[in-house]
Amino acid sequence: MPDLSTREVISPNPGVIAMPPDTTPTFSTNVSAPQASGLANEDICLRTEHLDLYYGTKQALFDINMVIPRKRATAFIGPSGCGKSTLLRTFNRMNDLVDGCRVTGKIELDGHDIFDRSMDITSLRRRVGMVFQKPNPFPKSIYENVCYGLRLQGIRNKAVLDEAVERSLRGAALWDEVKDRLHESALGMSGGQQQRLVIARAIAVEPEVLLLDEPCSALDPISTLKVEELINELKEQFTILIVTHNMQQAARVSDYTAFMYLGKLIEYTDTNTLFTNPHQKQTEDYITGRYG
Amino acid sequence: MKMKDYFRSGDAWVWVNAGAVTLCLMMILGMLTLLAVKGLSHFWPKAIMQATYVADAANPQPVVGEIADTKSDPVARLLESGQPAPPGIDPLAKVERWSIKQGNKDITGQDFQWVTVPFLKDIRYPADLMMIERTTGGNLYGRLQSVTLNGQVITGNAAQASLQQAIDRVDELRTQAHDLEKGDIASVNYKMEQLRLDERKLQLKNKLDATAQAEIAERRSELENQFNAQNTKLQAINDSMDRDKAVFMIADGSTHDVSVHDMMYATAPNAMGIGAKVSQFFTNFWHFLSEDPREANTEGGVFPAIFGTITMVFIMTVLVTPLGVIAAIYLREYASQGRFTQMVRIAVNNLAGVPSIVYGVFGLGFFIYVLGGRIDQLFYPESLPQPVFGTPGLMWASITLALLTLPVVIVSTEEGLSRIPRSLREGSLALGATKVETLWRVILPMAMPSILTGVILAIARAAGEVAPLMLVGVVKLAPDLPVDLNAPFVHLDRKFMHLGFHIYDVGFQSPNVEAARPLVYATAFLLVLLVALLNLAAIALRNRLRERFKALET
Repeated sequence: MPDLSTREVISPNPGVIAMPPDTTPTFSTNVSAPQASGLANEDICLRTEHLDLYYGTKQALFDINMVIPRKRATAFIGPSGCGKSTLLRTFNRMNDLVDGCRVTGKIELDGHDIFDRSMDITSLRRRVGMVFQKPNPFPKSIYENVCYGLRLQGIRNKAVLDEAVERSLRGAALWDEVKDRLHESALGMSGGQQQRLVIARAIAVEPEVLLLDEPCSALDPISTLKVEELINELKEQFTILIVTHNMQQAARVSDYTAFMYLGKLIEYTDTNTLFTNPHQKQTEDYITGRYG
Repeated sequence: MKMKDYFRSGDAWVWVNAGAVTLCLMMILGMLTLLAVKGLSHFWPKAIMQATYVADAANPQPVVGEIADTKSDPVARLLESGQPAPPGIDPLAKVERWSIKQGNKDITGQDFQWVTVPFLKDIRYPADLMMIERTTGGNLYGRLQSVTLNGQVITGNAAQASLQQAIDRVDELRTQAHDLEKGDIASVNYKMEQLRLDERKLQLKNKLDATAQAEIAERRSELENQFNAQNTKLQAINDSMDRDKAVFMIADGSTHDVSVHDMMYATAPNAMGIGAKVSQFFTNFWHFLSEDPREANTEGGVFPAIFGTITMVFIMTVLVTPLGVIAAIYLREYASQGRFTQMVRIAVNNLAGVPSIVYGVFGLGFFIYVLGGRIDQLFYPESLPQPVFGTPGLMWASITLALLTLPVVIVSTEEGLSRIPRSLREGSLALGATKVETLWRVILPMAMPSILTGVILAIARAAGEVAPLMLVGVVKLAPDLPVDLNAPFVHLDRKFMHLGFHIYDVGFQSPNVEAARPLVYATAFLLVLLVALLNLAAIALRNRLRERFKALET
């Protein structure tokens, strides 16, 4: 297995990209034009340049160029397998764990290339937190779950930990529900509570960016509502990237929305425009339910 | 058509499944019942029968003893083997025969006798018949005539109480003597041997000059004085034990003087009520658990074997658990999952299928002769040619069994690691944990139930293993326990006793197979009980952990 902590640069060779001719999109992948709408005035947090990603010989992302504004919620929508989760996982280099995964191009976090050798992967992940599709609390107490990341940083001071736990749980709108049972197992919580606990765990280490990979797909409607409200609050502090299958959710929680299809970024603009007046035909087809 | 519907409904399949489970249960319960009944009945005080055996009308013989076994043989077979058969019975009919344990081996020379029941006349169970367990010569059955207690002859009803008094006194003295022998005298002997080794060590280093010699001689004479003093004390105790004696009349009417020194326990089972018998049962069982074996293992207890088994299993567990877990972690978490890893995995699995005696041979050939021999040359040159670690012993037996059970631990740990959901690993990594932090903080705690399952299986296998142990450290009779009060307290080089080997030895290598047979069952029962207890303890521990991590199961 190649050492994935260093980027393997390969020259893009369109000849090896296996794409059936009939599904080859006819539009340009250069989507810089739509980015102009609204994004120009934003403070940029993340920027990708010519990002290609390969699983072995199969290319999963094609020349992604986009900028993510700071302290906004950006949603990624698209049909299954379009690469939106893959793209999300690239922002904190979770794909490094996948055997045979290679990345070319650039992702900049505050102007620094995250694939650069000088970038420490653990501190990157501390800055770019992630919440997964299925709630994955550790089999520890609620308290220990929240301070897991802090303990990793070597913080042992109980007062500091207590303060961080309370702040994070309040931040995740969970404090009132669990304050009396902080030392009970996190596994006894409901799915919605677990997901918010995972969010609390992620924000406890005070990241800049929060990646949410379909955070509500395993939750019931009421829990989903709570998490959505939470996202709306969290974006005042964090840059939020959310992958969702649910277009209403994207419309409700996000400021900007990217539509992806077959590993390509088709359209990326402010949420309102994308859902009411999409420029690309694929986007229109998708959001009106014609395919996907 | 109907038949087809029946099979389609799946009822037949349910029956087959339930049948298989029933069969397994019946076999396990059957075995446990057999062992428990045969083994535990040995401790139940049996009635002592008295009768006259008139197989030859001209020569009636008195018989006294316990009924040890019964069977029924066809009359024809008796006649064929030249034994008397009751007249007037159809040759194909069966007659009952009893095996009578008569004891008094030293006097009559025959411990057991088969008798044909119809020839037994006048069967009685007199309350005054006594059974005396002796240190040598097996049981004695007879009537107490008199007791000489401190020079005073006591007869009649008070004799039994006086005998008990004398036996209690001897028992106390015996404990003193045993403590002296195993404590102070053994310690002096041990120091003497250390002194000899020190002297030899100096000699090998060419440092044995006059001063050193003088010093050693002084220490030696001091130890010898100690030894002589202790020995005199021991002799005095032994002499004192010879003080009392008892006179017994045995089956044939002759009377015999028996020194109380030789007696361990005296009971009159025919006079016991049910309560007394139950209490006697537990007393006997406790003696079996707590005493050293006597008479080439055919009598006495199995304490050294229990101790040896537990010590060996314990050391084996301490060795195999870290090694197996660490190996499994490398295989599952770090090694790239290629063909080579797969081959290693197959090799590990195959190790589990290697016959255990092969491990024994390997342990003897490699661990003991090669490693042990080298250790002796390097660290114990003073005791050569007498080997210290170059001979079978506790350490090598534990290491050999650790090797034998290694695959079990590796396989189940790997299974546990592979069952931990990827999402939890990612959750930890996404919080900035490194791989090793994730391993220690999340993965290993969650894999603990599986690791313990592996350890349980390893313990169960190691506790029941005998064949390799015969080559690497288990002996029929080990004079000293591997743990005692002489520094360094745990003597890994010592040979030890083991319940499994004890079963084999008592059952098949014993000079008095018939007398020892109940002990085989009792020892087997004990071994099964021990394995079950070790397992239950580990299972309880695992279940507690599993409760904590129950999310894994979903």
